[in-house]
Amino acid sequence: MSVPPSMKQISDTIWELPVSYKQGMLVPARIYATAKLLRQMDAGVFEQITNVACLPGIVNYAFCMPDGHWGYGFPIGGMAAMDPKTGVISPGGIGFDINCGVRLVQTNLTLEEVQPVMKKLVDRLFARVPAGVGCTGFVRLSRDEFLNVAETGSSWCLRKGFAWQEDLQLTEEGGCYSGADASKVSKKAVDRGYDQIGTLGSGNHYLEIQVARPENIFDPELAQAFGFSRPNQISVMFHCGSRGFGHQIATDYLKTFLNVSEKKYGFKARDRELSCAPFASTEGQDYFAAMKCAVNMAFANRQVILYRIREVFSEIFHRSPEDLGMHMVYDVAHNTAKLEKHKIEGKMKELLVHRKGATRALGPGMKGIPDCYKKTGQPVIIGGSMETGSYILCGMKTGESTFFTTAHGSGRAMSRHQAKKEYRGQTLQRDMEERGIYVRTASWGGLAEEAGAAYKNIDDVVEATELAGLSRRVVRLVPLGNVKG
Amino acid sequence: MPYRYLDDIATADAAFEAVGTTVEEMFMSAADATLGVMIENPGPIACSEEISFQVVERSLELLLFEFLQELIYRKDALGMLPRVSSVQIEKGHSTLILNAQACSIPLDQVRDRLLTDVKAVTFYKFAVDHLDGQWRATVVLDV
Repeated sequence: MSVPPSMKQISDTIWELPVSYKQGMLVPARIYATAKLLRQMDAGVFEQITNVACLPGIVNYAFCMPDGHWGYGFPIGGMAAMDPKTGVISPGGIGFDINCGVRLVQTNLTLEEVQPVMKKLVDRLFARVPAGVGCTGFVRLSRDEFLNVAETGSSWCLRKGFAWQEDLQLTEEGGCYSGADASKVSKKAVDRGYDQIGTLGSGNHYLEIQVARPENIFDPELAQAFGFSRPNQISVMFHCGSRGFGHQIATDYLKTFLNVSEKKYGFKARDRELSCAPFASTEGQDYFAAMKCAVNMAFANRQVILYRIREVFSEIFHRSPEDLGMHMVYDVAHNTAKLEKHKIEGKMKELLVHRKGATRALGPGMKGIPDCYKKTGQPVIIGGSMETGSYILCGMKTGESTFFTTAHGSGRAMSRHQAKKEYRGQTLQRDMEERGIYVRTASWGGLAEEAGAAYKNIDDVVEATELAGLSRRVVRLVPLGNVKG
Repeated sequence: MPYRYLDDIATADAAFEAVGTTVEEMFMSAADATLGVMIENPGPIACSEEISFQVVERSLELLLFEFLQELIYRKDALGMLPRVSSVQIEKGHSTLILNAQACSIPLDQVRDRLLTDVKAVTFYKFAVDHLDGQWRATVVLDV
């Protein structure tokens, strides 16, 4: 039992550790979870979210979402909004894989049409979308051109023919954070990332063909608005980020902040992974500009992967991607920091919102979501394990309490090492195929690490977000084919 | 075994403890442990070329951190996994200087043995200590 005795229940889904819990806390820590999920959380969540509550300039609360588990600095599922004038920016509040995120693309195909060619389809996707350790992409770029990608994101993809105009509108922030400055990025970061555009990578990254069965549609009206218009409709979900580029930027600036956090700015973080600098400082602004480069690279990465997915579907079904209805539903980032306007004590105020393994979830009518979703609210894509399924949710007006933030996935329950001890990749592949899920992987060991049992129950996580009024269920998607990094 | 993987401190990632009777041995154990996360049984694999590299840092902890980061950098930037064969550490003017020799395993030649991509060394529980005549490092890798 790792839940601290001083945890106070605020409601069925809100739990609070008061500022008296730990010396240095500036605000209480709030955890959004059902009692069941709270009990399942590891002790790292409580330790880390209360460390976050000590960060200078934090506003209201340090938050943790229902899929929270230990991370570096912030827990995964952690969120904190800072006053940009007095607060800090911390790479530990964003994550190493900057703009690790997820994208969903629709098709007008049904299970009956796709099932007979599923193996061919997955094999072809596996061949065309590089995955695994050190994989490189098909887009050959000079380092200078790569810097252009880092500053312009999906717009670069549109100029080069890798995107449809509508793709940009259906990507968070139009697929480009303005203010990215490639001069703030190290040569090492560029060396690691310039040939990785269009690659999945490894770990928990995947590309999945999924089906929306009629019994898994929770809200038919919203499902229709998100492009689910026929029974057993097929869609494609994929999850990846800024690859080695983003990791190197995070590492570079973590080291920079370690140097200045205490010596120059007088803040001693309780955890070196929470090293930070004032947002308004030179170091803070440099990191923000470099982080945006990684955000944009990740948007471009997912855009080029989408280009390849459309190519493969077109090749297999002998129809154009347009004819196959391969429209994006949405692309949403999990690991970012962003300036956003939120209501504080009745007044709109600009805040620097860190989201680490957490999803922005704007409610209906809010600024920042595409026109086509103005009435419904923003689609939220929650990726589950490769064996169990994923969810499409929708942002709600009641999400104001968390600055419109919700969960991002199911969260690990078992270590990678333990999962490899308990499962064999080849056996898992065979078992999954018997259950109707065809998976290809770049690594048998990597596949074993991603066994469904290594993750928490995603149904519990999404139910908690709905009960808390952060996001509501629209569709549950069941996996049919998977390319695992 | 000069290193062992730790299950209980890194649910989503990979953690290990590396030891050595000298600090150089401990560094080599840490390099082997990092390599072992990425590739299955790397010992018998033939290398394509001998390489050497240098790392300079102001503390032993940061030297180990940057040494392991260098292995990750070479994997992504050069498509090579370095198997470290020797390490020498000397004191510079207010710095520590590490010179390493390694042989490079090209990723393309070992695709069927690759496991998990290590993307970063973290400072989470990162520690170097010297106890009872043994050097020990605790490292958590982001994968």
